[in-house]
Amino acid sequence: MSGHSSYEPKTNIGKWFDERLPIARLSYDSFVAFPTPRNLNYMWTFGGILMLCLVSQIVTGIILAMHYVPNDQMAFDSVQHIKRDVNYGWLLQPMHAVGASMFFIAVYLHIFRGLYYGSYKAPREILWILGVFIFLAMMATGFLGYTLPWGQMSFWGATVITNLFSSLDGVIPGMGTAIVTWLWGGFAVGNPTLNRFFSLHYLLPFVIFGIVILHVWALHVVGQNNPTGLEIKQPSDAVPMYPYAITKDLFAMFVFLIPFAYFIFFMPDYLGHADNYIPADPLVTPPHIVPEWYFLPFYAILRAIPSKLGGVVAMIAAIVVLVFIPWLDTSRVRSAKYRPIFKWCFWYFVFTCFALGYLGSMPAEQPYIFWAQFFTISYFAFFLLAMPIVGIIETPKMLPRSITEAVLGKGNSGGGHVPAGAAAGPEKR
Amino acid sequence: MKTIKALGLAIALSASLIASPAVSPASAAGDPAAGHFEYERQKWSFGGFFGKYDKAQLQRGFQVYKEVCANCHGLKRVNFRNLVQPGGPEFPEDAVKALAASWPNKPLAEPNDDGKTVDKKGNLLERTAILADPILGPYRNDKEARAAQNGALPPDLSVIASARNLHNSGFWPYHVGKMARDIAIAYQEGGPDYLYNLLVNYGEAPAHVKMAEGMSYNPAFPGSQIAMVPPLSKENFIAYKDAKGQPAGGSLQENARDVSAFLTWAADPTLSQRKAMGWQVLLYLCITSLLLYIGKKRVWNSVPH
Repeated sequence: MSGHSSYEPKTNIGKWFDERLPIARLSYDSFVAFPTPRNLNYMWTFGGILMLCLVSQIVTGIILAMHYVPNDQMAFDSVQHIKRDVNYGWLLQPMHAVGASMFFIAVYLHIFRGLYYGSYKAPREILWILGVFIFLAMMATGFLGYTLPWGQMSFWGATVITNLFSSLDGVIPGMGTAIVTWLWGGFAVGNPTLNRFFSLHYLLPFVIFGIVILHVWALHVVGQNNPTGLEIKQPSDAVPMYPYAITKDLFAMFVFLIPFAYFIFFMPDYLGHADNYIPADPLVTPPHIVPEWYFLPFYAILRAIPSKLGGVVAMIAAIVVLVFIPWLDTSRVRSAKYRPIFKWCFWYFVFTCFALGYLGSMPAEQPYIFWAQFFTISYFAFFLLAMPIVGIIETPKMLPRSITEAVLGKGNSGGGHVPAGAAAGPEKR
Repeated sequence: MKTIKALGLAIALSASLIASPAVSPASAAGDPAAGHFEYERQKWSFGGFFGKYDKAQLQRGFQVYKEVCANCHGLKRVNFRNLVQPGGPEFPEDAVKALAASWPNKPLAEPNDDGKTVDKKGNLLERTAILADPILGPYRNDKEARAAQNGALPPDLSVIASARNLHNSGFWPYHVGKMARDIAIAYQEGGPDYLYNLLVNYGEAPAHVKMAEGMSYNPAFPGSQIAMVPPLSKENFIAYKDAKGQPAGGSLQENARDVSAFLTWAADPTLSQRKAMGWQVLLYLCITSLLLYIGKKRVWNSVPH
């Protein structure tokens, strides 16, 4: 998408077109000739997998929207209608519902990979921040989508989350209540709420798609990070995206589809809540209101703070802090592979996220509250203490001189084996 | 290969992560006043990877629904025609047509030629049900149901098997282990397991439990006090008959198991079809993955990475 292009139109029509709208050139440079580090591991396949998830969600979602009715009296039955009477509705509905979960599994692995290999560090700050925006938009979309079946968890989840804004009453009295009423379109969660949630749930995936384009654009400007954290310095460090990265991505996508299909066909309801098969009832509160699993770590942080406003602030901060980590991390070395202390911090952080997820699913009582507080502190300590401090005190391991040396061993830092057709590295652009 | 293992591990980890909602109790949650209740998991023909509905069991289950449950509960998201369709009880079409026509809870009729929706006596105009009509319960609305049922509302049973679940509990490593086990065996029969346990566990309240008026004691119900009177009992159950009209067994347990299976079908009528297709899809994905892996290997063969 930038710099030198090696695209050469082969036909006269192609040439004519290329002089007017070089879209073929753009695609060729971005997805065929684009130099990818030769040493990428399978954690780098989640970008493509996420693209697949997004497209799958949009396609199944558009078809579901043809049959779904966003009305508080009819929504629940319309989902049943889809599963019972629409051709292959029994397949489409779980594809979409399970798809949301798989989307989040992939995005969490993608984010963890970025954290481990320092993919947020210069010059990839904008790329990373765009990713955080995508994650935020995904969370909003997931939350809005979960209200649409209009079961008990839909209704009460929507009530709990929208009510979070009422904590702003603690800042300016009356403001929170006013915002909540405005969000609801009434004085309680009801038909206007469902209707606008549906509208926004349909809108946001296209917003995500737009940010994804920027994300990919930014990626293609700075190039991919890789397990060594070194930049591509010479042609032998990289291989062209096609066929190398493409064949690998394709294989990873199909492997990813195996658990995806497993859940769709054998346990389509496992990732949801049984309570959501009870039609929404404003008069009956479920004994235990829990969000979808992918929100549980943040839900645990929300409930860990004894004040409502404080909890909301902490929960938002838990995501917003990601925006600042390019500057919070003081290390000059990107990849945790060469960072002996940070590596441990990272794995403890992963454990923290799992622990918070578990605690978020438990009732808000002791000892869970204590542990939720403990791990909330751990969560923020990773970003606010470990990242700045470890980067200063840690002595990184010896870095290889180049990606090629990392792959082929010492003495091969230079020419080495040049894969056929390897495109120019970024420094030659 | 190492990276593939890492990927597999990552998937396994995420699988255990996503399992967490299952622990969040569904309606079967809550600590019964009488203490923790151990639900007994049943063996279901539709459980596991090769599961499919047992037509004869669904037919018996429907009989229990019709003769017992239908006195209070509707099944409004299921239509009579569904009883004929493949993958379900598969009753003969003529029998279901007759059943619909004789169903006591009739759908409301369109306004008549005079534009009236009630007859001269003020009764709502009704019409005979056909195959395309839903299986209605005896009450027109929730208020009528509560008025007739001592204030309690008998829920519609169309999706009740999906709306109930059993929950794992225990010290967290065991808890996580149980979730992993449930994923590995594709256990999704918490609903029918709950229904079965509910139906067979009515009993006398222990002395220390103070029962509210009109409630029945049932330790399988969250809180142990349920407004539903025992629909079946050891003495009072539906005796089955075979095609020739000869007695074909029947007991509280059999009734409970059959009607739970029937309600699972009612909630998830495409299960048999879904699981059968699931194998084909998984097989396709595995073979394609293998081919793609071989292709990838060949492409990367000359490039150390």
